Amino acid sequence: MKISRLFGRVFYGTTGFAASSPLLLLLLIGGVLLYDAWPAWEYQGWSFFTGISWNMGNMYASGAVTHHGVQAAPGASFGILPFIVGTLGSSLIALVIAVPIAVLTAFGLVYKVPVRASAILSPVIELLAGIPSVVYGLWGLAVLAPFVQNGLGPLLAHLGRIIPYLAGPVGTGLGMLTSGLVLAVMITPVMIAATRDLLMQVPRLPVEGALALGLTSAESVRYVSLPYVRRGVFGAIILAWGRALGETMAVLMISGNANNYLPPNLYSPISTMASTIAALLDSALTDFTGMAVHALALIAFTLLLIAIITNLLARVLLQFGHSEASVEV
Amino acid sequence: MAMQSMMQPGSSSPYVVSNRRAKMRQLQSRLLWAATWVALSLVVLVIGDILWLVVSKGMHGLSVTTFTTDTAGVAGGLQNAILGTLSLIGLSLLIAGPLGIFAGIYLALFARARVATAMRFANDVLAGVPSIVLGYCGYTMMVEKWGWGFSVLAGAITLSVLTLPYIVRMTEASLRQLPKAYMEGALALGLSPASALRTILFRPALPGILTGLLLAVSIGVGETAPLIYTAGWSNFNPAMHLLKSPIGYLTYVVWTYLNEPYAAAHQLAYTAAFLLILLVLLLHIGVRFLQRGTRTSE
Repeated sequence: MKISRLFGRVFYGTTGFAASSPLLLLLLIGGVLLYDAWPAWEYQGWSFFTGISWNMGNMYASGAVTHHGVQAAPGASFGILPFIVGTLGSSLIALVIAVPIAVLTAFGLVYKVPVRASAILSPVIELLAGIPSVVYGLWGLAVLAPFVQNGLGPLLAHLGRIIPYLAGPVGTGLGMLTSGLVLAVMITPVMIAATRDLLMQVPRLPVEGALALGLTSAESVRYVSLPYVRRGVFGAIILAWGRALGETMAVLMISGNANNYLPPNLYSPISTMASTIAALLDSALTDFTGMAVHALALIAFTLLLIAIITNLLARVLLQFGHSEASVEV
Repeated sequence: MAMQSMMQPGSSSPYVVSNRRAKMRQLQSRLLWAATWVALSLVVLVIGDILWLVVSKGMHGLSVTTFTTDTAGVAGGLQNAILGTLSLIGLSLLIAGPLGIFAGIYLALFARARVATAMRFANDVLAGVPSIVLGYCGYTMMVEKWGWGFSVLAGAITLSVLTLPYIVRMTEASLRQLPKAYMEGALALGLSPASALRTILFRPALPGILTGLLLAVSIGVGETAPLIYTAGWSNFNPAMHLLKSPIGYLTYVVWTYLNEPYAAAHQLAYTAAFLLILLVLLLHIGVRFLQRGTRTSE
């Protein structure tokens, strides 16, 4: 009897510890990043977010300079504004393209596609969500970049007379537009699945009532189904946005990895915050003062904060919407 | 789904007097559903194109030597990468599996509502942390500070942090969907929660838990960013050392060999991508199979 009680206690304690491990890991990651990033914050301050130049300084200098009590190579400056612009730009392009397509596709899957066809389509779309991001990068390099370079890019560049940002030169096809398109393809399946699950929860009676009152099917979707799932869809969009912000490999392969300038047009090469960490860690290790690595840690910490904020926002939207329509994303 | 018959475009009643306004509304309805079909076919087109690219180009490179030789320079086989991916995944499952399942059990059976909400939120945030951030932390802590070097263990631990949230979530969900009476009945009969779990709850929850594990494997298989700076890369088969010996993995081949200016290297990248998709496909089929199992047993 005593042994079994002891076993119960141990079991309770073990599972409790396991359950708190995600929180502990988050705290650990946050702590490590903050500790690593602090010197970069001391050195650069707010200009970290507004500066344009990422320069590790003179690596062949005889000694380090001390600035705000921390050491860096002479002439070093770490500004990540171009990475921020690249991250926001590519992820917003992705959202603008993916949101309407995903929502419309989900409507089609729930209300129009025959049950049998959707029984085949749904798993295929879920498979799309499971494809490794390097494969998306591969597809972006092999198919999408040439398409942007030769087809879509020149076409959009004609509109450049009206919207200056669309004007050429189109370049190699590796850049913001291609990154945005690939990100759109990556987040679409997740949003389709979430929206579809939400639409399935819309009670049938109000929709049928709307039809009985003489609304067209499109109007019943617009005025009955959509309001019911709107908040949930917003939550799913924000989670997908968070995913696009943090995507590393696919963007690394197709963004052109540009540093130190703000993208002058839609096609210019960019870097995102996440891809920068992967791209620059190798070279940052050559900084004899270690400041470049600290600066990368500051980028990573910023990404962590963004992940927390987007999740918080999405959760609030998902939970305080219609309590009946909730979804795990 | 059964609504379909009622929701055909322009299905307004024949008694409505036809006028301009009604025509306009029907047109709007048609337009919306047309846009839906356009979106749907675009999605199908893109999926088809991705799969076609990888399958058509990757199939060529697949042969017995792919599985029996190591990568050498820009060509060779993928044996080291395949074995590397398998050992990274296996080891990370050994770490994240028990931890995640225990965590799910606590969340589903023991945790008070508020505590569970907080824990679940932390779990969701952890799932949303960009994988390169985990890779960076793994690098500075394990590879540098603790002096493990590029190693299997550093890679596997980073992967298990990445996959842990999915295992926790699925375990909790699969336990929660069981009827409450199972647990209550067992407790009323004098069983301890632990033995109730072992003897009664575990069986029906098992497919869900396995689904979580498969999901974790399929996510881990496709990751690259957290591994670049923790597992490194090696042209040789995994040495049986946990520390200080870098290890190869499939996604690395796709990423780097595509940038080499040689046809053989490109072929290897496509072959690796094909193997990855095949692996993910198999895992998804496994998940479907498990889910079907639960549905019929309910």
